[in-house]
Amino acid sequence: MSTSDSPQESVALGGGADVSTSLAQEQQMKSDSMDLPIFAVRDLSVKYGEFRAVRDVTLDISEHEITAFIGPSGCGKTTVLRCLNRMNDFIDSAKVEGRIDYHGVDLYHEDVNPNEVRRRIGMVFQKPNPFPKSIFDNVAYGPRLTGGMSKADLNDLVEKSLRRAALWDEVKDRLKASALGLSGGQQQRLCIARCIAVEPDVILMDEPCSALDPIATARIEDLMQEIKKDYTIIIVTHNMQQAARVSDRTAFFTTEMNTESDRRTGVLVEYDTTNKMFSVPSDERTEAYVTGRFG
Amino acid sequence: MNGLLAVADLSGDPRRRAHDRRMQRLLGSSAFITIIISALILFVLARGSIDFLKSIGWDLGVLRDSSKAPGWFPRRERFDLITIVMGSVLMGSIAMLVAVPLGLGTAVYLSEFAPTRVRKILKPIVEVLAGIPSVIVGYFALKFIAPNIVDPIFSPDQSRNMVVAGLAIGVLVIPIMASISEDALRAVPSSLREASYGIGARKSTTTIRIVLPAAVSGIVAAFIIAVSRAIGETMVAAMAGGRDGSGPRVLDPLEPGLTMTAAMTNAAGGTDQVNSGAPFQVLFFVGLLLFMMTMGLNVIGDRFVQRVRQQY
Repeated sequence: MSTSDSPQESVALGGGADVSTSLAQEQQMKSDSMDLPIFAVRDLSVKYGEFRAVRDVTLDISEHEITAFIGPSGCGKTTVLRCLNRMNDFIDSAKVEGRIDYHGVDLYHEDVNPNEVRRRIGMVFQKPNPFPKSIFDNVAYGPRLTGGMSKADLNDLVEKSLRRAALWDEVKDRLKASALGLSGGQQQRLCIARCIAVEPDVILMDEPCSALDPIATARIEDLMQEIKKDYTIIIVTHNMQQAARVSDRTAFFTTEMNTESDRRTGVLVEYDTTNKMFSVPSDERTEAYVTGRFG
Repeated sequence: MNGLLAVADLSGDPRRRAHDRRMQRLLGSSAFITIIISALILFVLARGSIDFLKSIGWDLGVLRDSSKAPGWFPRRERFDLITIVMGSVLMGSIAMLVAVPLGLGTAVYLSEFAPTRVRKILKPIVEVLAGIPSVIVGYFALKFIAPNIVDPIFSPDQSRNMVVAGLAIGVLVIPIMASISEDALRAVPSSLREASYGIGARKSTTTIRIVLPAAVSGIVAAFIIAVSRAIGETMVAAMAGGRDGSGPRVLDPLEPGLTMTAAMTNAAGGTDQVNSGAPFQVLFFVGLLLFMMTMGLNVIGDRFVQRVRQQY
């Protein structure tokens, strides 16, 4: 990943810069660099205090694909995911080493504003976490942050986002009702709508279906296929079938015993197209995991 | 051992079981005595109040002094309840003007912004503040708040006035406000904060738009319990408030005044002491009123605390 072309982009991520030029530059970047990965992760290691949760992860993530992170508990897949939008910043003891380039910009550069990063790289969490507000206010929360939107535009955006999240028909008559009255699956789709409403570039999903029943899960999976043409999606999942069903590429993580500290550290074992990972994996640990012999 | 057991095999050591029962009885009676004492307090207050009402011939008009210079002068059998209720309300309000911003600010800082290390130091300090005897805060009012803050800014006629006492009572209830609000803020699940950060919201935005609204019932509870504490505060009100029963039917907090609590201590000893008759019995009536006010506020506050617990 070259760093020479990054200064303009880092201005755009810095927040205050003129939005129209930064968007223009972004478009420019996109057309210039279709072959550039959206994320280039290099030698990423994360420590929580003295404990090294994951080490030496190197992988590229392509635009408009669904990338799945799979692996047994404690293998660091969620930790890596949360590095991609700097969600680990909130953990006092977390220390991130290595480098993550997003469209060629070092995400951990000191001038990068993490809020701006998170506006572009949204996140859907394991447990549906709607705000204790109305359905409408949940979706409108993000757009209202930046402000300057007319009421009509906001209404349109909320409708559009709910439609994209395949929730509109179920809630259009009760937009003022509390989001907490929705079912788990509806709540999760609402969270996706809330994320889409700020028009992000990437959506990170941290086991988005683990709290849902199979029908609700299927709806979320369909939805992911629907929206992947507009967004790059990275999903952490415990469910191998889910990874096989929805993703284009799969990264398999596992844990290795650390000989000095006697604790387990996550490592990336293999990363390839999902087809290959599930049919002819090159590492025997991957094969053992995807065939259900361990994990 | 072959086959069936007898009950005796499983009944254990009878001495241990007897010990267990004694323990249970001892602890149970402690709890019971506490209830008896509470009931006794209420009974004494109620009996005194009824005696008072009898001695004024159930004429509640006595409690509203309509003379030219109304006031609370129990030794002269002038019981203007409005004077002392007003005193309590005024000083309590001033106290809350201090305690709400400082207490809530402390709570938000501790819960949302302070690094773990700072919180570990600051939280115990706030809690120690809650344990300071109020007589010390009373002297703080006389020796610091009055000469250094209130006198230079407002130049009141007398250094002991309701503003001085109110500010000091505010200092006294900051820890209650801070501690209960902080509990409420920390009870807001971090998943809601993450959801907000995940959309790109700043920390301050997240605090104002997500965390505070989600914690509002706990904050209301903190406020109500703090109010009840401020109205019940006696020592500071008596030491710094001026103890003047002629005060205020006019709403001037820079005048000396008398709270319901201070009115009761006034009559309990010293030269104003009263031992019998209506001037003595009226204290029970005021006490009962105070008790009902603070208990009512606590019950309402507790409701709000329960609501926080149920929510998550």
